[in-house]
Amino acid sequence: MTTSVAPVSNVDADEPPLKATDRAKRTLSRPGASLAALVIAVLWTLPTFGLAVTSIRPERAAKTTGWWTFFTDPQVTFENYQTIFGERTGNLGSFFINSFVITIPAVVIPLVLAALAAYAFAWIDFKGRSFLFVVIFALQIVPIQVTLLPLLKLYVQAGIAGSFATIWLAHSIFALPLAIFLLHNFMREIPRELIEAARMDGAGHVQILFRVLLPLLTPALAAFGIFQFLWVWNDLLVALTFSTGSNTNPLTVGIFNLQGTLGSSPHLLAAGAFVSIIVPIAVFLSLQRYFVRGLLAGGLKG
Amino acid sequence: MTASQKIIQMLIALLVFAAVVAVILFGASRVKGKGRDRNVAVLFLIPTAVFVLVGLVYPALRTIYGSFFTAGTSPGPGQPRPDVWTGLGNYQEIFTSPDLLVVLRNTFFWVTVTPFVATAIGLLYAILVDRARFEKIAKTLIFLPMAISFVGASIIWKLVYEFRPDQGSIKQIGLLNQLWVMVGGSPQQWLLDAPWNTFFLIAILIWIQAGFAMTILSAAIKAIPDDIVEAARLDGVGPIGMFRYITVPTIRPALVVVLTTIAIATLKVFDIVRTLTGGNFDTSVVANEFYTKTFGTNQQGLGAALAVLLFVLVVPIVVYNIRQLRASEAR
Repeated sequence: MTTSVAPVSNVDADEPPLKATDRAKRTLSRPGASLAALVIAVLWTLPTFGLAVTSIRPERAAKTTGWWTFFTDPQVTFENYQTIFGERTGNLGSFFINSFVITIPAVVIPLVLAALAAYAFAWIDFKGRSFLFVVIFALQIVPIQVTLLPLLKLYVQAGIAGSFATIWLAHSIFALPLAIFLLHNFMREIPRELIEAARMDGAGHVQILFRVLLPLLTPALAAFGIFQFLWVWNDLLVALTFSTGSNTNPLTVGIFNLQGTLGSSPHLLAAGAFVSIIVPIAVFLSLQRYFVRGLLAGGLKG
Repeated sequence: MTASQKIIQMLIALLVFAAVVAVILFGASRVKGKGRDRNVAVLFLIPTAVFVLVGLVYPALRTIYGSFFTAGTSPGPGQPRPDVWTGLGNYQEIFTSPDLLVVLRNTFFWVTVTPFVATAIGLLYAILVDRARFEKIAKTLIFLPMAISFVGASIIWKLVYEFRPDQGSIKQIGLLNQLWVMVGGSPQQWLLDAPWNTFFLIAILIWIQAGFAMTILSAAIKAIPDDIVEAARLDGVGPIGMFRYITVPTIRPALVVVLTTIAIATLKVFDIVRTLTGGNFDTSVVANEFYTKTFGTNQQGLGAALAVLLFVLVVPIVVYNIRQLRASEAR
């Protein structure tokens, strides 16, 4: 089996060592199970693989024959990529930059603000703490659709409509409830004695946060950071609502528009889509460990 | 704007943000005296409070309020149409207009089919590859679609569903039609014919979500204590019985979380429909129809009502989820 991406990496953070009972634990006969698993794996990989192959085939071949004929008639071209990065057809380079310009602040801002808020909820005693935390927890279920139009009107009144700032702010706002909830849970797991000891030494809240908590929270911050990175990079709804043109459109909107204008050019569409998925796939594969940990924490607690 | 201008803009924004955070931290480290804890908490929570109040609470309330209005008749040519109170008129329209009933029907298909099929495949796969030789690679392959945008996934599947008419020497370029022709069918426009087209769109989300289900459930399966499995085996429980009486009951809390999480995500997904059909050919769902009405056809009251409906549909799923978690914790 050939695949577009065949990484050797961990899905699971820590695997228990094999035990004597392992073989007994298997519920299905090995050959049948392997075959069934293989069928699912092929089914799940083939569409993406087809996209990758289509993206390097010449226009004529891609429009008249299926990508699987590539193996009997291998013609390779990089013209598709040149075309979609060219200013006339795709201008993908510009969208690529926009995606980065949108994503980096949209990850950093909520992460920092959530860390401050989560610390306040986890380790400062103040009146109304439980109530406010429940409010934040409850706000997680507000679908962003409910907020889009009034938020857009606020942006217009503030005179910032159409700028990157609108997208940064929107993503930061939508990320905060979940980010605070997750980081709070991680912060509460840190032993009270550590915090108390720092207090005895005369450390204030800022010092405790930076010297005691943050070093221990790196995995949690990484987990949420990757989450948010993939979320923002892959977002279409927020960008479509607040971005007004090629100056701020991210890759998702670029590809979405290409599908409208180049719907009948599979070779170009495939190249464009491949460019848009390559960054999240790279991020995901290199930081999978953190991503899965975050998923397990968020999925099982939220 | 050139690329460097954009990057400079981003750096300036990050610097401004860093300055604001620095002020907060400096303020917090200078706070002394009796109300110290309270004042630090206020400083740490102010940015979040502003963001959440202005960006979530106010807009949500405004949308709920707006869902009771509709655009009236314009007082004169070129003048904007005023908002007119319509009570529950928009909601009535959602549940009576034939077009919107199709939208509700499709949404029902999405929310019932996606979670169960994605979870079933994820569970099956998690069991199949559990402690197999290539477990890690095998899991990564299924998990990978999770990293891809819905737009990217839609394009990937658009190529699979590609159609070429059945004439002379014209060959199929879409994988599905190729396979269909090979087993003797005539090429189909999978995304055009209702109501089946909706299920071909749903397949894309299943493709994405199965990896999520697999990851959570695999972790839950690995947490099943060995002695339970061993005891059942000594009692002569076979593979099917093992699945039914040991695996499923033990991982039930995880199953509930996976099903409800996927159901909630499914309700809000509009990208797939938007990219591939734009909601045409009777494929629209509530999340897509919200966007069309609000930003496309300028029926903002109806759009607001659809957004509120989305909100209302999410709540019972979340409540059920929390109740189940409480119950399993109490056990």
